[in-house]
Amino acid sequence: MQLGLAPALILGTEITVSRGGSTLLDSVDIAVTEGEMVSLIGPNGAGKSLLLKVLLGLVEPDAGQVRRRESLRIGYMPQQLMLDPTLPLTVRRFLSLGGPVSTERRQRVLNEVGLDQLSERPMQALSGGEIQRVLLARALLRDPELLVLDEPTQGLDVHGQAEQMLLIEKTRESRRCGILMVSHDLHVVMAATNRVVCLNHHICCTGRPSDIAVDPGYVALFGEHGAGHLATYHHHHDHVHGADGEVVDG
Amino acid sequence: MDEFIVRALIAAIGVATIAGPLGSFVVWRRMAYFGDTLSHSALLGVTLGLLLGAEPTLGVIAVCVIVALLMALGQRQRLLASDTMLGILSHSALSLGLVALAFMENVRIDLIGYLFGDVLSVTWDDIALVYGGGTLVLAVLFWLWRPLLAITVHEDLARVEGVPVPLIRIIFMLAIAVTIAVAMKIVGVLLITSLLIIPAATARPLARTPEHMAVCASLVGSLAVVGGLAGSYFWDLPSGPTIVTTAAALFAVSLLIRQILTTGQR
Repeated sequence: MQLGLAPALILGTEITVSRGGSTLLDSVDIAVTEGEMVSLIGPNGAGKSLLLKVLLGLVEPDAGQVRRRESLRIGYMPQQLMLDPTLPLTVRRFLSLGGPVSTERRQRVLNEVGLDQLSERPMQALSGGEIQRVLLARALLRDPELLVLDEPTQGLDVHGQAEQMLLIEKTRESRRCGILMVSHDLHVVMAATNRVVCLNHHICCTGRPSDIAVDPGYVALFGEHGAGHLATYHHHHDHVHGADGEVVDG
Repeated sequence: MDEFIVRALIAAIGVATIAGPLGSFVVWRRMAYFGDTLSHSALLGVTLGLLLGAEPTLGVIAVCVIVALLMALGQRQRLLASDTMLGILSHSALSLGLVALAFMENVRIDLIGYLFGDVLSVTWDDIALVYGGGTLVLAVLFWLWRPLLAITVHEDLARVEGVPVPLIRIIFMLAIAVTIAVAMKIVGVLLITSLLIIPAATARPLARTPEHMAVCASLVGSLAVVGGLAGSYFWDLPSGPTIVTTAAALFAVSLLIRQILTTGQR
């Protein structure tokens, strides 16, 4: 299956899901090719997470189909982790739940996400940003060809969001994997993304981030305010933060 | 020591040992009410077993499995919240069991024994059942430990990583059903859930890993049954409720210890 130049890792065609009489996904086409980073944006309740679940095979679509490249290795980072406080689980154990991992490999991946000191920390003692990174580490342990990230910057402040995006960008560069990411705002994903898909039950528009920002479909969905906000947003990085939030020399 | 108290100790420690790891999962998966519903339906199983002339234990397992499947179906509907659903099933199953029992005029069973347990009258056959069923349940838990933990932590993530989630869930429910069936005679249908949950909750502050918590829960449970049986033996107290009261007392002590430990750290 070809789409553009690079072969598609995953391809969804005319995906339709209805629940209780309303159409949540209406004939959605989506593809991620090798090494490509696709961002799925849209308002709350637009069906973004649902589309991910269909692509991951967690939800059966009412119509349409999903094709994956043969024996595609997927790393999935879910939106949130609701861990019962009664479950004593260290970061190390959490990472081994997907399958046995050698100490060396685990430490390498923890280094990659900047959590090398937290291996023995209980999961419940982690901050929101650290949990997101642990989830990313678990996805990376599968050596993914495709990373599927559901709101990887959710619950982080503006700075944490920027840090997280930097980490994802770095991951894509070093691992050369395809990335499909859900986000509810364009400016967070703007810099790193090849292609933005704007979803509100159906696909409103799709294209490069700079084109999307001025697309009538995007402006209609997010309003002039959202689009204007985008134009004035700049984030400069002249320093790097460590896992504990301290500024380190970068 | 009288032989009956030895039999009671062997049987009750067996039940407490199974209840440790299984109860830990019930607590982690927030299935306390689910366990309650299953055990309440066990009485209906006893009645059906007697009606059909089959072994009551088989009747209990059959009814527990049917109720578990009903609950799995009930979770899919959006009409009622799941705790309402469980409440309806739990109390109707218990009442249905009592009503069905009343219709069986020629059968006299020890109702209080089934409701609250009668550990002092266990036979060697009952003990064989506890240890046979218990070995099966523990073997299954041991075998499925990692996938069970994985779906407890995050079901969708586990599924993407290749865990057959529905199958594991069904096996887990079956394990609870078997445990209820073999534990019923010891602590009774009204008190089984407490033996699953209280020792696990007591073990939590002592544990650093899931396995550690499961083993600690078994030990706490065993301590509770020994204490409860001693109370029952020396002061002629009802065995099932005394075991649960002892477990609750141990839980209170563990809360106190945790409180002292955390204030000490500050």
